Amino acid sequence: MIQKDSNVSALQRVENELKKCVKCGACRAHCPAFAAWQREPAVARGKVAVAQHILKGDVGLDDQTYAIMSKCLLCGSCVEKCPNDVPTDEIVVTAREVLARRRGLTTFHKAVGQVIKNRRLMSFGALAAAILGPLFFRKVPQTSGLRLRFPLPFVGNRRHIPQIARKPFMDRHPEVIQGEPGKPRVVFYVGCMTNFVYTEVGEAALALFRHLGCTVIIPKGQGCCGLPGMSGGDLDTVRGLAEQNLAALEKYEADYVMTACATCGGALHKFYPALIGKRHPELATRIRAIADKTVDAAQLLQQLGLHPEETGVGERLKITYHDPCHLRTRNITRQPRELLKGSPGVELAEMEGADKCCGLGGTFNVYHYDASLKINEGKSAAIEKTGADAVVTGCPGCMMQLSDGLKQRGNRTRVMHTLEVLARALGK
Amino acid sequence: MIDSRIIQELKLIVGTDNVATDRQDLLCYGYDATQMEFLPDAVVHPGSPEEIAAILKLANAERFPVFPRGAGSGFTGGALPKGGGIVLVVTRLNRILRIDTENLVAEVEPGVVTEQFQQEVEKLGLFYPPDPASLKFSTLGGNVAENAGGPRCVKYGVTRDFVMGLEVVLPTGEIIRTGGETYKGVVGYDLTRLLCGSEGTLGIITKIIFKLLPLPEAKKTMLTIFDSIDGAAKAVSTIIGNKIIPTTLEFMDHATLQCVEKRFNLGIPAEGRAVLLIEVDGDRDLIEKQAARIQDLIRPLGLVECKIARDAAESEALWKVRRLVSPSLRDVNPDKFNEDIVVPRSKVPDVIRAIDRIRQKYDIPIVNFGHAGDGNIHVNVMVDKSVAGQEEKAHQAIGEIFQAALDLNGTMSGEHGVGLAKQPYIHLELKPAQVAAMQAVKKALDPNDILNPGKMFPRED
Repeated sequence: MIQKDSNVSALQRVENELKKCVKCGACRAHCPAFAAWQREPAVARGKVAVAQHILKGDVGLDDQTYAIMSKCLLCGSCVEKCPNDVPTDEIVVTAREVLARRRGLTTFHKAVGQVIKNRRLMSFGALAAAILGPLFFRKVPQTSGLRLRFPLPFVGNRRHIPQIARKPFMDRHPEVIQGEPGKPRVVFYVGCMTNFVYTEVGEAALALFRHLGCTVIIPKGQGCCGLPGMSGGDLDTVRGLAEQNLAALEKYEADYVMTACATCGGALHKFYPALIGKRHPELATRIRAIADKTVDAAQLLQQLGLHPEETGVGERLKITYHDPCHLRTRNITRQPRELLKGSPGVELAEMEGADKCCGLGGTFNVYHYDASLKINEGKSAAIEKTGADAVVTGCPGCMMQLSDGLKQRGNRTRVMHTLEVLARALGK
Repeated sequence: MIDSRIIQELKLIVGTDNVATDRQDLLCYGYDATQMEFLPDAVVHPGSPEEIAAILKLANAERFPVFPRGAGSGFTGGALPKGGGIVLVVTRLNRILRIDTENLVAEVEPGVVTEQFQQEVEKLGLFYPPDPASLKFSTLGGNVAENAGGPRCVKYGVTRDFVMGLEVVLPTGEIIRTGGETYKGVVGYDLTRLLCGSEGTLGIITKIIFKLLPLPEAKKTMLTIFDSIDGAAKAVSTIIGNKIIPTTLEFMDHATLQCVEKRFNLGIPAEGRAVLLIEVDGDRDLIEKQAARIQDLIRPLGLVECKIARDAAESEALWKVRRLVSPSLRDVNPDKFNEDIVVPRSKVPDVIRAIDRIRQKYDIPIVNFGHAGDGNIHVNVMVDKSVAGQEEKAHQAIGEIFQAALDLNGTMSGEHGVGLAKQPYIHLELKPAQVAAMQAVKKALDPNDILNPGKMFPRED
């Protein structure tokens, strides 16, 4: 019998959730990690069983447990389809937290924690990468949506990553961009990928909300949402970032907190309440208040009545749409499609399995790059089959993964954000 | 029982990566949908019939038990390694080998997921009708081993009715073929039918030849709500009596409707006491006529409301009522015993009334839904195992429910099999001479009792 570890107490928080799993196996149909490994410990039901036995004290927090818990993309597909509403994503994060407490964070996750906690460090790193990157990395065509090949040892030299922007999005704009009187005040939670990499997404968001007359506020104090930390079980870092972001987002009176990144939206809307609010009751009310105001950009644009079709005829563009997990699990699937379809010149061709995870899964793709690519293969094939000029999505993280996957196959389909397509249709 | 030398031998057969002995791996292959749990000594993932044959030969030589497993979605513990031994997972054998559009047959490996197979044949305009509720994740091998059913059985029959031939590794390690790919064939005993529903006790299925049908042109879904259970049951016999065989006739009783309504608020009228979800398929013109005819036939039977879907989206919305049943049940009580009794379809109201008496006697919630067209009712005895005495009460009630089904010329399992869960009750249905005949077959094929031992029949010890 393995001595029960005192660190497992965090898992007791999810004990009742663990009991809900009846091992029916429905999660086998939807789990991308299971699709990649085809082994029971990789699927939600298996991870739940392992967590149950950690609590019973007959499974230790050893390498094998660590390996099993690492095989999850936190995509939430099992949670959505579970007949018994078992929140496996919360359970896995909690297990990772327990493992991190017992074993310490991995070097990679320690580094991630340090970087995401410190926006100045991130800015500096981004600047350095923007200047030095092209000297070290192999250039690939700009239109592919990614521009560099990453030679770092822990990611391997096969991976393609996008080039870092010379000037971050937030440094280009004032904190408050005044709109028309009587129009909504929208706080823009930018997120790291938009700020440092896909700045064009931020610009598109800005253009669209200004088009609608909204006042757009980009609070300076905001930082990373913390999900890369959550992915490694580093919930202390997530809590710190949640507090920082709450303070920044609460500073201005606003009707909405808007995100153009599915993952950031998922953090503010779902993960902060579920993981930080529950652990830190003193923050729960504030977290709830922000969560209730959090909307995805496409969702809000539709709600505010954006009508791209009124602007006339746009340049012809055949697209296909990929559902980011963190929008799909919030039921934001219809709005981006309706807006895209309504855009002049845009033809939407649905791909098979549009709602399936692209394989990024936060830091999952760093530890399990081969599995991540394997998951992505089906996605890339489905994109190819549509014959679309561009694959469009609402998450910069997915954009990076989709680009990498397509590039690996030598495919030159463009990767665009929903907001870029909409802004283009409006001539912005 | 299984020492490091045997583990080594197993690794030589299937490769090191395909043998797992870590505790975490073992417990991930020690459960299924029954809530029971037994730890195997090793988990083995063979990649070919020859490897399976070698494992079974080793098992006979060394006398260790082998438990075949597909997706592990069974409701009776058929794949659970009670007593220890190795779990033999067949999911690496997951290819659709061929779909013969000329002869309407397909050959598949056992690890193919049922829905994937259906989708592939439908792309070619063909149809594989068996549709167990677990079709999105259960495997075809498991479906054959358990002779799985589903809503479409009323018109098309169960898995067995589509199996034409098998390749099987016998418990002693010989690889044999049964049946074939001809529609007729009377040479020798019908081992194919014997193996369908044998719950992995007589052989490990490594290939399956399925019969296929042409894909019906269209289907039409109707949600009909009745003011009494008798009305719904009468509707079933009236429809079939008038020579219309719907694809599905799914039934939900009042307790089920209350559960669904409470949680999902679908707007089912208060006077609705039972629901029939009816689907017809076939030529487009024909199904329109059939739907209209069905409506005329059932109108005098206490029909409160009849919704007919006009397109696939509306059809899906109607099916949602049925699909939401399972998630709603947990609101009644946390633990569910899902039994799958069958009675002749005209006896459905009688068995529902009998179950209601049992419910009152034991004072525990019982929720019934299922496939009224073939008399297959899912009786869900809902309890809270953490409350002292509730589990025992449930077991007593289940025994009486089985007896009630048998008294009406029914059976205690239509789809789930016996496995471990129904063993205590098997003698209610099978007489000693029947059991002896079955056990003689088992003994002949598996003299050392190494393949899925302890399943189906209670052990003497």
